[in-house]
Amino acid sequence: MDNALTIDNLTKTYANGFQALKGISLEVREGDFFALLGPNGAGKSTTIGIVCALVTKSAGKVRIFDHDIDRDFSRAKRLLGLVPQEFNFNIFEPVEEILVNQAGYFGIERKTGFERAERYLKLLGLWDKRRSQARELSGGMKRRLMIARALVHEPRLLILDEPTAGVDIEVRHSMWKFLRELNAAGITIILTTHNLEEAENLCRNIAIIDEGRLIENTSMKQLLGRLHMETFVLELRHPVGRLPRLEPDCLRKIDDTTLEVDIDRDRSVNALYEQLSRHGIEVLSMRNKTNRLEQLFLHMLQNGTDGEERP
Amino acid sequence: MNLHDQLIAYKTIVIKEVLRFGRIWVQTIVPPVITVSLYFVIFGNLIGSRIGEMDGFSYMDYIVPGLIMMAVITNSYANVVSSFYGCKFHHNIEELLVSPIPSYLIVLGFMTGGVARGLAVGAAVTAVSMFFTELQFHNPVVIITIVLLTSMLFSLAGLLNAVFARSFDDISIVPTFVLTPLTYLGGVFYTIHLLPEFWQNVSRLNPILYMVNAFRYGFLGVSDIGIFWSYAIIIGFTAALYGIAVYVLHIGLGIRK
Ligand SMILES: Nc1ncnc2c1ncn2[C@@H]1O[C@H](COP(=O)(O)OP(=O)(O)OP(=O)(O)O)[C@@H](O)[C@H]1O
Ligand SMILES: [Mg+2]
Repeated sequence: MDNALTIDNLTKTYANGFQALKGISLEVREGDFFALLGPNGAGKSTTIGIVCALVTKSAGKVRIFDHDIDRDFSRAKRLLGLVPQEFNFNIFEPVEEILVNQAGYFGIERKTGFERAERYLKLLGLWDKRRSQARELSGGMKRRLMIARALVHEPRLLILDEPTAGVDIEVRHSMWKFLRELNAAGITIILTTHNLEEAENLCRNIAIIDEGRLIENTSMKQLLGRLHMETFVLELRHPVGRLPRLEPDCLRKIDDTTLEVDIDRDRSVNALYEQLSRHGIEVLSMRNKTNRLEQLFLHMLQNGTDGEERP
Repeated sequence: MNLHDQLIAYKTIVIKEVLRFGRIWVQTIVPPVITVSLYFVIFGNLIGSRIGEMDGFSYMDYIVPGLIMMAVITNSYANVVSSFYGCKFHHNIEELLVSPIPSYLIVLGFMTGGVARGLAVGAAVTAVSMFFTELQFHNPVVIITIVLLTSMLFSLAGLLNAVFARSFDDISIVPTFVLTPLTYLGGVFYTIHLLPEFWQNVSRLNPILYMVNAFRYGFLGVSDIGIFWSYAIIIGFTAALYGIAVYVLHIGLGIRK
């Protein structure tokens, strides 16, 4: 299969002399669901801005499907939909007009534009608001409006820059479902987020950038596979006094009815339960202590990719 | 983009622009009509009757074309400068940047929006002027071509102002300190033959003089300036501004980071 996006040695120095990208290379396969992660100021939006013509690049190559943006940006743009990080519609324009105009800029007739607007506004639960001015929408509705707008010209690559920022839990879950369906229908999706649960839930491949450099580019599976230990929190039915010594698991007491345990990923949890019941300890419930990816992510940012200290 | 798609994209910008100033017509169409009506009442009727004739016409008749032109110039300029700067300010210019629209179509689209408002206000002012005087139409072709070209020219100028502007102050500097003085000194209210020779020559450096006089020629058949020169200068300026506007948008000045 072809690449939906190929970025080769991309650099960006802003007008004030700040170098936001220091040579990023990246490939996203067609059909992929791809996470672009990194801390605030890493260069995610800058990268996306260059791909979508909002930011000029300083050097490097970008290809969208078969189109080099230096030679054929107009064709490339037709295949590309962007949901930007900041709201960027005219707040006085009615919702439906925003979509029809965006379609028009892509050369889509007004009549077809209205049909598409209806389809996507309904899909995103905004049909009731079609006559409202954009400023009358809530924050979460504005995000959904930007998703609908990015889809009116039916792109094959959809890039979403923090689409679920400021969105309530219910809407977030319905947005996830919606994005999964788009992806299943063949649309390649690239997403940035600071919610690692979201990345873990949705994305198959992942890149992490930090300070304008790519520090990781791998599959979600491989990345998670690197975690040897997992920490679980156990809630107990009855208070315990002294802790039994269990080898090789390391058990810690948090309070009378709460224990924490580190388990090697190769070991089964059953063994732990057996040992505990032998000591008369009954486990009521068990949960992951923190998001596993979050731990790994912090570790990588502190230490560089393979545990080396960064200068 | 093929021609068919380009046409749709162009139409989209124009419709959006016309809807924009149409939605806020109380701010965009009504004020200039009131202002010019006041000019008609005060300068035309009250003071004009004491001034007597100018170039062989009643003062009212003499100033009507210039006042229409003044309204067209200000409104064409104002429409594009505020609309385009608004697009930058609210970042919805990005809707255009992510689309395949070529720069020249963006320029043409916004320019057409400015021309639409300029002509709408011009028509309204012309209609009002008919309450005060009986308009003659000496040469309708000149009237229409000159008003169109002038409106295009100042729409493009407004666009360039918006491209370079970094704050809302920047979009009022040019109208206040350049446009208004040049218009008032551009022969709207007097024939430059009233001026000493030196100031006549200085006036000839003012492009608006050429537009006002050519426009007046279309109505009354009199002009301080040869009509040919007027066309040459207006077309020259329009073409130059168009070229510059397309170029700056193409390189992304003021709109791409
Ligand atoms: N217009 C600009 N001029 C100068 N520097 C900029 C500009 N835009 C961004 N930067 C800088 O470039 C760096 C990368 O910014 P970018 O917006 O790409 O980060 P990000 O990864 O999207 O962060 P976040 O998660 O906070 O959205 C930051 O240090 C930022 O300050
Ligand atoms: Mg960002």
